[in-house]
Amino acid sequence: MKQVTLKINNVSVTVDAGTRILDAAKKAGFNIPTLCYLKDVCNEGSCRVCVVEVKGARSLVASCSAVVSEGMEVFTNTPKVINSRKKTIELILSNHKKACLMCVRNGNCELATLAQDYNCNAFEYEGVTENYDIDETPYLIRDNNKCVLCRRCVAVCNKVQGVGVIGPNKRGFATHIGCAFEQPLSATPCVACGQCITACPVGALHEKDDTDKVNALLKDTDKYVIVGTAPSVRVGLGEEFGYPIGTNVEGKMVSALKRLGFDKVFDVDMAADMTIMEEGTEFLHRLKDKTAALPMMTSCSPGWIRYMEFYYPELLPHLSTCKSPQQMFGAIMKTYYAKKYNIPLDKLAVVSIMPCVAKKTEIGREGQSAAGVPDVDVVLTTRELARLIKNQGIDFKGLADEKFDDPIGEGSTAGLLFGATGGVMEAALRTVSEVVLKKPLDKIDFKAVRGVKGIKSAKVTLDGQTIKVCVASSLSNAKKILEDIKAGKCDYHFIEIMTCPGGCVNGGGQPIQPSSVTNNVDIRALRAKAIYDADKKAPLRKSHETPAVKTLYKEFFNEPGSHRAHEILHTSYKKRNKYNS
Amino acid sequence: MINSFDDTPKQAAELQAALDELKDVPGPLMKALQKAQDIYGWLPAPVQNKIAEYFDVPLEEIYGIATFYSQFNLNPNGKHKIGVCLGTACYVKGSGDILNALEQKLKISAGNTTQDRNFTLEATRCIGCCGLAPVLTVNGEVYGKLTVDDVDKLLSKYTD
Repeated sequence: MKQVTLKINNVSVTVDAGTRILDAAKKAGFNIPTLCYLKDVCNEGSCRVCVVEVKGARSLVASCSAVVSEGMEVFTNTPKVINSRKKTIELILSNHKKACLMCVRNGNCELATLAQDYNCNAFEYEGVTENYDIDETPYLIRDNNKCVLCRRCVAVCNKVQGVGVIGPNKRGFATHIGCAFEQPLSATPCVACGQCITACPVGALHEKDDTDKVNALLKDTDKYVIVGTAPSVRVGLGEEFGYPIGTNVEGKMVSALKRLGFDKVFDVDMAADMTIMEEGTEFLHRLKDKTAALPMMTSCSPGWIRYMEFYYPELLPHLSTCKSPQQMFGAIMKTYYAKKYNIPLDKLAVVSIMPCVAKKTEIGREGQSAAGVPDVDVVLTTRELARLIKNQGIDFKGLADEKFDDPIGEGSTAGLLFGATGGVMEAALRTVSEVVLKKPLDKIDFKAVRGVKGIKSAKVTLDGQTIKVCVASSLSNAKKILEDIKAGKCDYHFIEIMTCPGGCVNGGGQPIQPSSVTNNVDIRALRAKAIYDADKKAPLRKSHETPAVKTLYKEFFNEPGSHRAHEILHTSYKKRNKYNS
Repeated sequence: MINSFDDTPKQAAELQAALDELKDVPGPLMKALQKAQDIYGWLPAPVQNKIAEYFDVPLEEIYGIATFYSQFNLNPNGKHKIGVCLGTACYVKGSGDILNALEQKLKISAGNTTQDRNFTLEATRCIGCCGLAPVLTVNGEVYGKLTVDDVDKLLSKYTD
């Protein structure tokens, strides 16, 4: 690629042609602040915080949008630049609801960081404030009074997810982010992925906090409370306590959950193993049954399920009927476990810790109550778990590692792989290959399905038959595949879809990193690496070899795909209207 | 609101033809909304939804455009459109009082439509016939040298 040499604050730097000034400055050793720019997501150039001086230019230039040119001379920290940024931030603050002490993003707010860095007076200007109603759903809350109109949420919803239920309405001072016809989010085909939350630089978007519900359960001595943790929580949670991105804190997480007072601490990885057994069996059935819908598509990701029900109901038969690992986990607890340990259902509560806000919608779905009561009672995101740990005064960093409880606590690292895009496919291939071939695999790493690329595909040979598999993450990528299926151009047999780009490690419930981090490192890859590292070292790497899985089939489910398994571990889907009124 | 559609077959056919004509045009949304407004007089929610589905864009994007440009009406117009000139000449000759009288009689404020959808009342800028000040227009027809006392008679002319 053509190289360009320029000077930034008199430091010479050579970069590829087409590089943004922002990135060239980073290379030269200068940070430029951003409030609206989000790498690969949002490039609106709307906030004007990243302005720089360019020699010969008439006015200040937005470094997130302007690209370098040969011989360019850029100045990122002149008094003119610093003063402009300061005024811009003060003007943004002029109509911002400055309820910082009560804000969920207190301590992790990009606007507050900028205000501090630029020595701003938050009350320099008093802007006209609109009093916007707070839009509350069972999974997410939107507070336009804190919105800085950066458009990151709009870009991620529209461009990355292809959903576009939020956007700018009206103009000028009346501009605000809203839904069509100012409907509440709950009346729109929002898939509940929560990517808008992790994109938001301030506290205008956040998850519905359910920590009080969990605290109440834990303080109720009458209740037997079981908690299960999703694969990717352990590689995200540490960030809330100052660990580097991609640190696996499984042992401390388990230890903290025990100290919070949960009666049992189990790993949803085990339920992911069960998903593989059921989904693998379902797939083999579909391969043989000429009338069954192929390709089969995974059903672990509740945002994806909502997307299918709202946007592609005609393709619902392609979805695996397997419940997600979270729901299988809850269903097993409320049936097998409750019965075996003689716990009355009205005394038993199941809490799950998820990297996801859509999981909060999944527990209320029809067909997710195997024992006649909801399979899972409360879902906390990774962020809420961190909040609960802090609230309860647990010294996370000082904790010694502990192990999940017996007897069904432990899962294989095939289940753990569910946390990264491609993980379900790899786990399924490990099991399906061995179940079909009936002999151990020489190589169990399926590297073609790993990595953060949006769409990946591979071919595997099963018993002489070539199977084509595909893995996609983010709904805009899923849409491409769905359109191919509709057009009859798709020859895959098995497709894994994850709602969030990069899979659950980058879920809408994971710790929020500011754009100063995400614009420079790929947090999806770092968190996924922690998962693959754990898998590399683990003794138990295949779902069908997990002792708990063997026990469950022996004592309760008989065999994968049995009548009882279908009653408890499978579900159904239905078309949903995008707009109900 | 969004799903129920009660337009005439003629309107539906016109909209369909207008959309088909824009099928391969780059950036068709503004044109589609303008055409739709020509056909319906305003942009009902189901019409916006139809445009969204036709071009496979989110409904919010359409609504965002419709609320950004003041040329688009998000409320239906009445059968008769009254425009009271608030240009300088008309204003000093008392058009403000005429507007007030109309607002009271019709029980709506300027920019809105009566519940029976018979009248839409608007305040306009100078319409260029200051010699007749104060003036108002009904469906484009100009009435000049008005007083507050003329309001009742004028309204009754357009009330069935």
